[in-house]
Amino acid sequence: MKVLVIAEHDGSKLSDATARTVTCANAIPGASVTVAVLAADPQAVASQAAALNGVADVLTVAHADLSHPVAAIWASTVETLAAGFTHLLMGSTALGKELLPRVAARLGVAQISDCMEVLGAHRFKRPTYAANALVTLDCPADKLVVATVRLASFEAAGSGGSAAIHASAVAVKNPGHTRYGQLATVQSDRPDLTSAKRVVSGGRALASRDNFELIYGLAKTMNAAVGASRAAVDAGYAPNELQVGQTGKIIAPDVYLAIGISGAIQHLTGIKDAKTIVAINKDPEAPIFEVADLGLVGDLFEVVPQLKAELGG
Amino acid sequence: MRRIVVGIKRVIDYNVRVRVKPDGSGVITDGVKMSVNPFDDIALEEALRIKERGQADEVVAVSIGPDDAQAQLRTALAMGADRALLIKTDQTLEPLAVARVFESVIQKETPFLVLLGKQAIDDDAAQTAPMVAALWDRPQATFCSKLEIDADLKTASVTREVDAGLETLSIDLPAVVSADLRLNEPRFVKLPDIMKAKKKPLDIIDINNLGINIQAQHTLVTTEPPKPRAKGVVVSDVKELVHALRQKGLVA
Repeated sequence: MKVLVIAEHDGSKLSDATARTVTCANAIPGASVTVAVLAADPQAVASQAAALNGVADVLTVAHADLSHPVAAIWASTVETLAAGFTHLLMGSTALGKELLPRVAARLGVAQISDCMEVLGAHRFKRPTYAANALVTLDCPADKLVVATVRLASFEAAGSGGSAAIHASAVAVKNPGHTRYGQLATVQSDRPDLTSAKRVVSGGRALASRDNFELIYGLAKTMNAAVGASRAAVDAGYAPNELQVGQTGKIIAPDVYLAIGISGAIQHLTGIKDAKTIVAINKDPEAPIFEVADLGLVGDLFEVVPQLKAELGG
Repeated sequence: MRRIVVGIKRVIDYNVRVRVKPDGSGVITDGVKMSVNPFDDIALEEALRIKERGQADEVVAVSIGPDDAQAQLRTALAMGADRALLIKTDQTLEPLAVARVFESVIQKETPFLVLLGKQAIDDDAAQTAPMVAALWDRPQATFCSKLEIDADLKTASVTREVDAGLETLSIDLPAVVSADLRLNEPRFVKLPDIMKAKKKPLDIIDINNLGINIQAQHTLVTTEPPKPRAKGVVVSDVKELVHALRQKGLVA
């Protein structure tokens, strides 16, 4: 099987999403994995992709119009690159979710979203209904398999490989109808939410943006990433990129602290793969306690400072 | 006519605890409350606000589904859509087939904007909006949290919720935009509007009359519930919690 993975990066650093996608790609029986790097200057990212274990070779496409990840611009290039491959994969990231369906539709093939398990070269498991119903699907063997990968289901591939890097001559066709503006991102010294081993997450009960600093404080003490429930993001206590759940980020840390989060099923979807879930909530009936490995019923405004002190912060 | 097409999907209500059928053929829908996909509500609300700002003349709600989806289209009409279109099918369509149907509706309705939900909360596929844009060969702006249409309806500025934060795009119109959670807060339907909606036009077209290939490419092998998590323990205070976390080696 010839598997093409489209790399995600910020222009200089390869995303952890790609390392996880490579692991999924190698779960396909008989896979030979190619990573394609589309960028204005792909060299640095291509070297990182070539160093991933389980990558057979790396293709680069260099063009000024590829300097930002715009699905409408990337789609035709990816479509052309995919010729000759049996599988086309990307992480279930914002970019993967907007680029691969565009490519799949152009090619007339159905897509698997959020592949969580590879059961064969053409058989995959994926979550539906906020992961309350897992479906196993067979794809036709005579068509390209297009799939986004549920990143929480796969570990990141390690590095130590040394794949060859080739420049691809594939054309870049900018349809000219979509112009990239800018990315507004909150600078944070906390670890990345999707790949962190420890996550401290806050909910509606924090009650204000100022109070949400308690979450940042505890996260700093624990060297953890910060997450938030939809309610906390909707209320403006935390920025959108911290949202965890069905429509936010799906994560699988070693430990997840849910603080003042009631635990709506949409939120639980995002944390089901956490190895240990800790719930701190005033309401002993909160649904979060149904999934928590460790629960503490109490007022977060008392518990969190105590916890921080106990942990040496 | 400056027209906006909005997609309305009939899904199991988001408050329902979904259960898998014992034979693995799907999930239980008999006697289960059905609603408009919440993201489609947001898409419709945005269309209505654009019309109320005087930038559109007509909002058309389109659903692809069984006869019962008329109920969701009536809700859309009660919210303020001007007319509705049901493309009737009892088959469960893959997003690619849905996109092909939308493309055919678009050819007929010639909208300057197609507003869809970013994902449906049943299959969670999040494919339809980019697929419609691809087949239509027009721009797409997915996960939209802010939409500003220029006065001449030639371009739009879009803010998108992406993994690293908020991204802005400028797109030419017509285009496909998919609604994210924070685009707006949909209005509540009032009783008089429900009465009025009964008089609004709702056309039904049999999907077989469109001549579109809607054949599924994937075959369902089985549907299964997720494995339940082992029952946890409730600790009595912070010291006990920290002790348990240290025992598991999760904190220093």
